[in-house]
Amino acid sequence: MFAEFLQYLFTGITIGATYALIALGFTLIYNASHVINFAQGEFLMIGGMATVSFMAMGMPMLLAIILAVVLAGILGILLQRLAIAPAKQADVVTLIIITIGASIFIRGLAQLVWGKDYHAMPNFSTDEPIRVFGAVLNSQSLWVLGIGAVLVVALVLFFTRTLIGKAILATSMNKDAARLVGIRTQMVLMLAFMVSALLGAIAGVVVAPITFTSYDIGIMLGLKGFVAAAIGGLGVAWARWSEGCCWASWRPWRPVTFPRIIRTRWRFP
Amino acid sequence: MFKTMMRRAVALVAAAGLAMAAQAAEPIKIGSFLSVTGPASFLGDPELKTLEMYIEKINEDGGVLGRPLELVHYDDVGNASSARNFASRLIRSDRVDIIVGGSTTGATMAVAPLVQQAKIPFISLAGAVVITDPVKPWVFKTPQSDRMAAERILGDMKARGITRIGLISGTGGFGSSGRAQTLEVARDMGIEVLADVTYSGSDTDMTAQLTNIRNTEGVQAVLNFGFGQGPAIVTRNYAQLGIDLPFYQSHGVASDSFLALAGEAAEGLRLPASPLLVPDSLPDDDPQKAIVQKYKSEYEARWNSKVSTFGGYAYDGLMLAVKAIEAAGSTDPEAVREALENIRGYVGVTGEFNMSPDDHNGLDADSFRILEVQDGGWKLIN
Repeated sequence: MFAEFLQYLFTGITIGATYALIALGFTLIYNASHVINFAQGEFLMIGGMATVSFMAMGMPMLLAIILAVVLAGILGILLQRLAIAPAKQADVVTLIIITIGASIFIRGLAQLVWGKDYHAMPNFSTDEPIRVFGAVLNSQSLWVLGIGAVLVVALVLFFTRTLIGKAILATSMNKDAARLVGIRTQMVLMLAFMVSALLGAIAGVVVAPITFTSYDIGIMLGLKGFVAAAIGGLGVAWARWSEGCCWASWRPWRPVTFPRIIRTRWRFP
Repeated sequence: MFKTMMRRAVALVAAAGLAMAAQAAEPIKIGSFLSVTGPASFLGDPELKTLEMYIEKINEDGGVLGRPLELVHYDDVGNASSARNFASRLIRSDRVDIIVGGSTTGATMAVAPLVQQAKIPFISLAGAVVITDPVKPWVFKTPQSDRMAAERILGDMKARGITRIGLISGTGGFGSSGRAQTLEVARDMGIEVLADVTYSGSDTDMTAQLTNIRNTEGVQAVLNFGFGQGPAIVTRNYAQLGIDLPFYQSHGVASDSFLALAGEAAEGLRLPASPLLVPDSLPDDDPQKAIVQKYKSEYEARWNSKVSTFGGYAYDGLMLAVKAIEAAGSTDPEAVREALENIRGYVGVTGEFNMSPDDHNGLDADSFRILEVQDGGWKLIN
């Protein structure tokens, strides 16, 4: 009985940590502009797919990951420069719709470049699962948890301790006032998109060994990450991460607690 | 659209050239609507390539009844309602003689009432059992149904002495239809399904469901009916949990890309599949061996990409159409329909077709081969 309990708990942690890590990416852009970036899922996809294709070219994994993350960062800047910035004074809803359009565009591009197949990515460390009291845990889940935790700490420090982080918060609170005190708000926005893309790509790479990756993986993962983000509270990084973990941890209990008929109608979470 | 027009233009030019050779004989029009782009493109793309390639070949060899074939094709993008529109265009304005197409069950079922009304023979390339059960006079299909897959899998289990199983299935169309068929067939064959769990297509971890099955007393084997990347995740989780019961997958993942995704975790699992996956290990007296090898090498030489089971459905669809037109001696719809219904012993890529007025599919469950994954490749079991 205890082994079962542990197994469900581990499954919950795996899924929860995945969604929580994805949810983190939504913070920066939201903090800077109150825009929910629905192209966040595409950054995940770029991270995973680019890593897989760089590795297929024969690069070592670490180099492939770094290049993929940089690629996503560049894409983040382009997204802000080419899609968001030209809309200038548009209100938040318009900008959100622009991000949806951008995500469809990026997905189409990825489909052309990489095709429609699913790709597998090897675990960072061993493929052997870790056994604890009769339950098993995928070693990659620990990476997801660990990197998530590191990123949360880094984000909290970034927003509270650095000038740029504070500039982002200032821009989000009052754009005009921020400009009056000398913050270049367009620059801040661009930065927010870039870092957000980096976060997304890292999340995409770390979860890819568990979820596989394909050109359309961003839709569902991004959406679920967004749900985690919204439940966790969009502003505060650590709250979202921990709540994302808790929220998703109950998912695996569904087969035990709910009959099938209810579950099939229960799309989210 | 442009592509479609180009294709038609090319087909027309080719047909025109040949038509002159064949003393300006009127071409036989083969209509087709396939999901060449969109989510079901992995079905439609090899199907269209196969049709184009073999229509060219047949025309080079002098056509059918001395008349060249002309392919009129539209891309339905995996959308059932545009499939219906295109089918109606094929019937009304292109006035095709026969339709070979319909990559998905949804598209096929949307078109079925149209062809029934217009009385045009229609050979579908989609899987579900509802297409030909109950029999519709003008609708035929070439792939095996999910019911046959269930029969084949459960039959193999029985042969191994397994009578109590756990079932895990996807909640998508393929998985839920497969689940229903499996439950029915299991009841008929006296196999007990002790655990019955599901996962949704976007789930990323199925260890909870598999733990449920593992903890069910008396389960002797596990079957996963699903499609896409889900079954690959199930396979990996299965290996991680260290479950050592025999593991079966459905024909939905019978492809080399599944092996690449699931990796070592797939070792030892069994599934029903087209002989197209193992053309060279078929015994020499297998009537399908030569035809499967030929199709595979011709397709791969022409398109420089791996052959797929789905292209095989289109091959059989086209060849059945040609055979029926030859047997009928004309393109008169009723004569062709009757000829289709009377095709017996046609050996195709998918299996041996024995059509009859009550069976518009003509295959039996044995046309599936049971394969086992060994050393990262497919091994023919029977």
